[in-house]
Amino acid sequence: MLKDITLGQYFPVDTPIHRLDPRVKLVLTVVFIVALFLAKWIYSYALMLAYVVVVTGLARIRPKALFKGLKPLIIIIFVTAVLNMLYTGGEPVLVIWKLRITEQGLYAAAFMVLRIMLLVCGTFLLTYTTSPIMLTDGMEALMKPLGLIKVPVHELAMMMSIALRFIPTLIEETDKIVSAQKARGADFSSGNIVRRAKALIPILVPLFVSAFRRADELAMAMECRCYHGGKGRTRLHMLSMHSRDAAAIFAGAAILAGTVVLRSYGL
Amino acid sequence: MAPIIKTEQLTHIYSKGTPFEHLALDAVDFSAERGEFLGIIGQTGSGKSTLIQHLNGLLKPDSGRVLFEGQDIWQSKVFNNSVRFKVGLVFQYPEYQLFEETVFKDISFGPKNMGLKPAEIEERVYEAADFVGLGEDILKKSPFDLSGGERRRAAIAGVIAMRPEVLILDEPTAGLDPFGRMNLMKNIRNYHEKNGATVILVTHNMEEIAREADRMIVLSDGRISLSGTPEEIFARAEQLESMRLEVPDITKVFLELRRLGVNVPRSVYTIEQAKKAILNREGGSLFA
Repeated sequence: MLKDITLGQYFPVDTPIHRLDPRVKLVLTVVFIVALFLAKWIYSYALMLAYVVVVTGLARIRPKALFKGLKPLIIIIFVTAVLNMLYTGGEPVLVIWKLRITEQGLYAAAFMVLRIMLLVCGTFLLTYTTSPIMLTDGMEALMKPLGLIKVPVHELAMMMSIALRFIPTLIEETDKIVSAQKARGADFSSGNIVRRAKALIPILVPLFVSAFRRADELAMAMECRCYHGGKGRTRLHMLSMHSRDAAAIFAGAAILAGTVVLRSYGL
Repeated sequence: MAPIIKTEQLTHIYSKGTPFEHLALDAVDFSAERGEFLGIIGQTGSGKSTLIQHLNGLLKPDSGRVLFEGQDIWQSKVFNNSVRFKVGLVFQYPEYQLFEETVFKDISFGPKNMGLKPAEIEERVYEAADFVGLGEDILKKSPFDLSGGERRRAAIAGVIAMRPEVLILDEPTAGLDPFGRMNLMKNIRNYHEKNGATVILVTHNMEEIAREADRMIVLSDGRISLSGTPEEIFARAEQLESMRLEVPDITKVFLELRRLGVNVPRSVYTIEQAKKAILNREGGSLFA
């Protein structure tokens, strides 16, 4: 059940997209988001959609996995669509009592829904194809200049990689505790909201205890291996650029340029 | 006699439809008789934990059925819930599930969920604590103030307090010292004998299973590859080794003795039997 959460999960497959440098992938994701917000009309959205479809295909991600990631957002998407439909001025095509649905409203709603979905899918593509370790390595490399203004870049990256590393562990732990309490007849799915909140205590207490225990053990293990922060620390895997990364950057630039041009024509 | 719990062609697949898809159980036909002490062995990842979580309805089969006293445990939600109380499952490292302020309250969690009256709950808590050898002073303590072994026993008492007809334990003695192991196994045997309960024990400790189990099954790659009395199973040392499992140390000693030409029986798997075998050896000559 909890294992079905795919948020931020990495699917280890060997594809050109998986092999891209994480720095490039991060930059491309940002470029994609910027381009997505510049998109104005069907043609630019088609370009964005094409990008997501092509990358999904190259990374051999099943569309089903992407849709699963969208599931938790259904309500937000629905509310956004309804609000956009009702509160956009213009020529009404349908009037029910005080509610006026305009042609412009319909377009605005459709684009907004498409935008949210593409935004989520585009960022999922990053986490699906990049292992958490690579992701934080990439972020650390990209944020390095911030070190000049005394931002503790390495520490932040380390905290993030530890947090990411422990998400699956904690999910597994939660699953185990839930099963153990269910085996003692705990019921999490009936009763009113107060009862349900109370039913969480048998899960949360052991979970917190074990999270603290793990943190303690990890700190001890790091200490034993003489971890002392980022200063003078070398890496086992150095990030290096290849021709495929150049190609990806070129493609990203082309898409951004394309969207800007399309925007200037109002397309 | 009809088995108390049984599976028919039980199949379970983890992470279905993702690249992590994994066939954990492959058409398993398992059964346990009422009142028997059954051991399950198998290397890590052979499907032991998955199998036992099906027996009390925590996991739902992808195909196949699980029957408790001949009835499909998934036939209704009510029946499924009631099976959880009749088939008590103690997970690996159960001490990490303790959450209440006192050991007493923690042990009463199960009985309380059964909807029992306070007097009955109290009686069961004391009874369960007695089974695992926890004194009244410990019942008043916070579970987080106990030693590792006491915590383990408190957690097991939490399941025993439901008076399950089938008690399943997943490596109950892992990480305990030899004395703790011995005590805990004695407690479990006690529950088995006094209540006539079926006990299913999952373990990596061959000595334990050789000493306790009436019958044992060997799981490998999600299938039952061997089933029989410990005597029958441990006689097949080579086959067990091919599944990366071991026979008890004493059996190894006797097999080696035989290889050296000493006339001793093959199927020796407890110290007791070893003692008897050596004392009963015919004649004085060492080599036959």
